[in-house]
Amino acid sequence: MKPAISFPRMCLSGLGLAAALLPLFASATEAVIPAPRARELVHMVRQDCGSCHGLTLKGGLGPALTAETFRQRPAESMVATILHGRPGTPMPPFKGIINEAEAQWIVQQLQAGFPNE
Amino acid sequence: MTPATPVVSRRFLLPVLLLSLLAGCASAPAPRGTGDLGVVIERSIGQVQVVNTTSKKALAKVPGLGDLSHASVVFSRDQRYAYVFGRDGGLTKVDILTASIAKRIVQAGNAIGGAISQDGKLVVAQNYEPGGIKAFDAETLELVADIPSVDMNGVRSKVVGLADLSGNRFAFSLFEAGEIWVADLSNPKAPKVQKYSAGKQPYDALVTPDGRYYIAGLFGEDGLAMLDTWQPEQGVQKILAGYGKGEQPLPVYKMPHLRGWSVAGGKAYLPAIGRHEVLVVDTKTWKETARIPVKSQPVFVMARPDGREIWVNFAFPDNGWVQVIDTLEGKVTHTLQPGKAILHMEFAPRGEAVWLSARDDNKVTVFDTRTKAPVAELKAESPSGIFFTSRAARTGF
Repeated sequence: MKPAISFPRMCLSGLGLAAALLPLFASATEAVIPAPRARELVHMVRQDCGSCHGLTLKGGLGPALTAETFRQRPAESMVATILHGRPGTPMPPFKGIINEAEAQWIVQQLQAGFPNE
Repeated sequence: MTPATPVVSRRFLLPVLLLSLLAGCASAPAPRGTGDLGVVIERSIGQVQVVNTTSKKALAKVPGLGDLSHASVVFSRDQRYAYVFGRDGGLTKVDILTASIAKRIVQAGNAIGGAISQDGKLVVAQNYEPGGIKAFDAETLELVADIPSVDMNGVRSKVVGLADLSGNRFAFSLFEAGEIWVADLSNPKAPKVQKYSAGKQPYDALVTPDGRYYIAGLFGEDGLAMLDTWQPEQGVQKILAGYGKGEQPLPVYKMPHLRGWSVAGGKAYLPAIGRHEVLVVDTKTWKETARIPVKSQPVFVMARPDGREIWVNFAFPDNGWVQVIDTLEGKVTHTLQPGKAILHMEFAPRGEAVWLSARDDNKVTVFDTRTKAPVAELKAESPSGIFFTSRAARTGF
């Protein structure tokens, strides 16, 4: 049986929508990551993402992650690639290792030119 | 002392020191061999350290080698020169006796490693960008052959898994095209290339220590592609097909590395991609004989030179662990935590010690393979690959 949409349920889905929009809104400003965690993320991107994308992020088995290549692409799709990987390629999903706000922060840093350690 | 004085004196000091070394005056070191030497890559600062496996100490540093993320090294057959292949396409010939750069070129935009020919006269680089291999005169580093990895459809592939074969031949794999190519460089001015279909996304390869079988690991499918280079006309044979039994592989955060070091006692010990297993294959029948459960996804699966033990390190985020497999018992006997982010291991020539690079501890730690206890530690900046000159005499290294 198809449940009728009740008022409270609509309210809930409205809240859900707001919650889904929140990270987007946050990314339009700046994802806030505590400094020690930010250092860990920079280290992880440089060293461990670097094993495929290069320590200088100029590419390897994986493509270059330089600011020039990143500015042309929508942030959301980059965040999705980091979290869920790219099936059919060696790019693995990082959800479970980093959360969505951290993925957004990484994409922002990549677009701005990734910091050194 | 004025501020300028030290600068001036240093400027004079270096040539004077060099001259005194060359002239063989009282302070000159005694002549020595290089059989117990090696190099450690300090990946983040573009430098190598020259190390001594007998004293377990660093002897010297050689900077100025470019981007050494994913650097690898082959040695001249006299074991004096280390050819260092950098990520940025740099190829540097380092004289490990004088700890200096003998020659340096930048031969590509993005490179992944190299090999040296059976006769020691050709050094060959494998490149991602532009895809292909390039052969250089080992003496002068002058380009002698250039083989772009362009397939039938005109698409250029990244090259992986370059290995030297007998008769100055080289085998390598094309990641995108899924092919194995064998290039005969016995006459480097007129290279002859044979091409074989391998399977989906070969990511690295090995040649068995006798130089006979070339085996490429496949990222895109369950199994490995094997070419008998003594009878290449028989084509590529799939081995361990379906080792994942159709199960969804785990996310792979670091590609495994394959080399002939995984062959011991008539068996090959191979990392299962996307699985917490080491696969054991009989090297006569090339059939699976066992699979050994390990802590995480293996990256390097390396036999101690006597073949009694296999040491295994793991992919991010479990790269602080190392496990030891006893080949008689066929199972893990030791689980160690030698340091943070263990990127590479290298055995002393006869295996009494193993050197491990702990990237995030900025150290190289040396373990006694009998006691499984650390016996020495060397400071190194973000160390990755460790390469000893004993590789010079081994096919596939």
